[in-house]
Amino acid sequence: MKYLPLIWAGLWRKPIRTVLTLLSIVVAFTLFGLAHGVMAGLDALINQMSDTRLRIQSRINITEPLPLAYLARIEAVPGVKGAGFYNFFSGYYQDPKNGISSGAMDMSRLSIMFPEIQIPTEQLEAMRHTRNGALIGRSLAEERGWKVGDRVPLRSNVWTRKDGAPEWELDIVGIYEWKDNKIPSNELWLNYDYFDEARAFGTGTVTLYFARIDDPKRYAEIGEKIDGLFANSPFETQTQNERDWIRARINQTGNIAFFINGIIAAVMVALLFLTFNTMVQSVRERTPELAVLKTYGYGNGTVVTLVFVEAILLCLVAALIGVEIAALASPMVYKLIQADGIAFPWNVFGIGALIAVLVAALSGALPAWRVQRLDVVAALARR
Amino acid sequence: MSLFREIGAVTAMNLRSVPSRWGTSSVIVLGMALVVGVLVSVLGMTRSLTSTIADTGRPDRAIVLRAGATNETSSSVPMDAVATIKNAPGVARTPDGEAAATAEMLTAVNLTRKEDGTMAGITVRGMEPAATTVRPEIKLVEGRMFKPGLREVIVGRGARTEFRGLEIGDRVALRNSQWTVVGVFASDGNANESRLVADEATLLSAYQRTAASSVTVLLGSTAAFEEFKTTLTTNPTLSVSVERENDYYARQSDNANAFFGTVTLIVGLFMAVGALFAALNTMYTAVSTRTVEIATLRAIGFGASGVVVSVLVESLVLALLGAVIGAAGAAAVFGGNMVSLGNGVSSLVFEMRVTPALLAAGVAWACAVGFLGGLFPAIKAARQPVVTALSAV
Repeated sequence: MKYLPLIWAGLWRKPIRTVLTLLSIVVAFTLFGLAHGVMAGLDALINQMSDTRLRIQSRINITEPLPLAYLARIEAVPGVKGAGFYNFFSGYYQDPKNGISSGAMDMSRLSIMFPEIQIPTEQLEAMRHTRNGALIGRSLAEERGWKVGDRVPLRSNVWTRKDGAPEWELDIVGIYEWKDNKIPSNELWLNYDYFDEARAFGTGTVTLYFARIDDPKRYAEIGEKIDGLFANSPFETQTQNERDWIRARINQTGNIAFFINGIIAAVMVALLFLTFNTMVQSVRERTPELAVLKTYGYGNGTVVTLVFVEAILLCLVAALIGVEIAALASPMVYKLIQADGIAFPWNVFGIGALIAVLVAALSGALPAWRVQRLDVVAALARR
Repeated sequence: MSLFREIGAVTAMNLRSVPSRWGTSSVIVLGMALVVGVLVSVLGMTRSLTSTIADTGRPDRAIVLRAGATNETSSSVPMDAVATIKNAPGVARTPDGEAAATAEMLTAVNLTRKEDGTMAGITVRGMEPAATTVRPEIKLVEGRMFKPGLREVIVGRGARTEFRGLEIGDRVALRNSQWTVVGVFASDGNANESRLVADEATLLSAYQRTAASSVTVLLGSTAAFEEFKTTLTTNPTLSVSVERENDYYARQSDNANAFFGTVTLIVGLFMAVGALFAALNTMYTAVSTRTVEIATLRAIGFGASGVVVSVLVESLVLALLGAVIGAAGAAAVFGGNMVSLGNGVSSLVFEMRVTPALLAAGVAWACAVGFLGGLFPAIKAARQPVVTALSAV
């Protein structure tokens, strides 16, 4: 502790250089924190998806319908606890730019498919009795300022109505939330019966089925059994659990991991090189001062420790500031990658600190070695 | 004249001493190389994505959608409307005297990606025979054209590169039907190369559809658009929207790019700031190592301007060197790579193109950073009182 003033004085010997080095490291670690945060966020997104809920969609493409008659056959597969279905609605409000994630479901199967949905019983009951009712997620309600009792005229990008009316007049009867708020509650749901009867085409079909299983280990076996039921029919299926499905979706969105890791690597190499150089330069300039310390009787170990601690202090403080900025900015970034609601992974701080210490140790090594070999007389004579 | 000679002499001397300060100097070079390399790659990705989509459209073509539809997926144009659209004024003629117009339906099929073995969607587009006149850029590079009435498809070059099962002779399972791949086509590297194309009438009947998704027409001239549009939008029997094809695809590319555009902006901004700090740091250090040298120059009569210019030039030269290395590296590593982007329904395959314009942008950006990074240290160097600087010895 008594060496602290000495380290402090060493740090501020050239204030501009220290501040610039600090800022460079801050910037590097902000970028690192954001990039790593995105990667970890995506991982978290994958891991919080259910491995006991299976999605059964058309093998041809998600835009292809499946017959409603599959429900009973899926329910009968051993290991399937319950099943339900979902039909994309592709709704928008007023302007096609205001897209709303929306789908039609059989509300009596809601809790079978999504037991983690939380909604007051009387609202769910109201939904079952209101043909043109709609349930909306809490975040959607807040975003649009909608509440129970509102009538919302929705249009669909896909579905036209038999009666030719351009809009689907929906009455909001309830607001749902996901348990623990892990998944953004931003969807609007309507009754499948009402939807199926009113739509101009596609009657009696659904976009996908959800089946819940008890044992995640039996996922592959049950999935194969379901797909086997409909193999060689005009409507073949592809069954995946939600986790695999989202993983595949993320992988399709370009090779994100490759780009992010590339950026991190480039930034880190540049950073390491910069700090390395600054440290070396700083010690070289201070050679006479360090020689004075040695003349006073400071041991090699003490002087080397001083050099190291100075480097570590600078890197660590800068790294933590950088990651903190990333943590503060992360909600915006998560919104951008459509994974809002995810918490910034706190281990990024740990990893950042570790890298910072590593960088500092590496950049302190050469100067420390030089200090050890320092010939006091020559150094004092500035030779 | 003597001022220039003086500046020249100081600058030349300074540059000649750079190798002896290789440690600090290489910070700028390496740092700039990495930063420009990353920047050019990220920019290249965004630009390639944008141009692949945007280049699909041409101003002398028009696309007709259902009124209110924002893209082909959410549009449907019934057959009687198609006939009216083809007869509208302004539509060019094929060599056979038919209207140069093609009603097209869209659907999608999942195929296996070569890269990771997962399934991803690919758009299947029906085209009418007149499409060869409407889209002359579509050229067969292998095999033959599909025959009307037969379940045959031709596949885009990009789709074949990225997906399995698209070689000539392979079969693709669409709804209720097996389709044989008979040809491979190129389309100037635009979005159509990520698609499968089949005969419109055959595809419609396989999917039991009675409406196309869109109608694309070749106009007699770019100027014919207004007349064509007015005729259709004022026709009370039609409910359609008409757009120039290049405007339509520019809009689609904006949507596709919202994500990557923002990523590029964030990364570019951070890297610029970081590189600026690094450059400042290095140049300050360079100046402080040369304090005595600079003071000596001033003492023997060299002016401040010479010192300022020499520091600035050093910073610029180093930044430029780094930028060239970084840009060349990005072009070598990423240029020509095929990237496939999927959204769950369909995919877009595009080639990473590191264009000269991008390289120039990277180099110009590095020069700006090098200039800013050198400016303040240069001023500091010039303003150092000679006596104090010399007494530092």
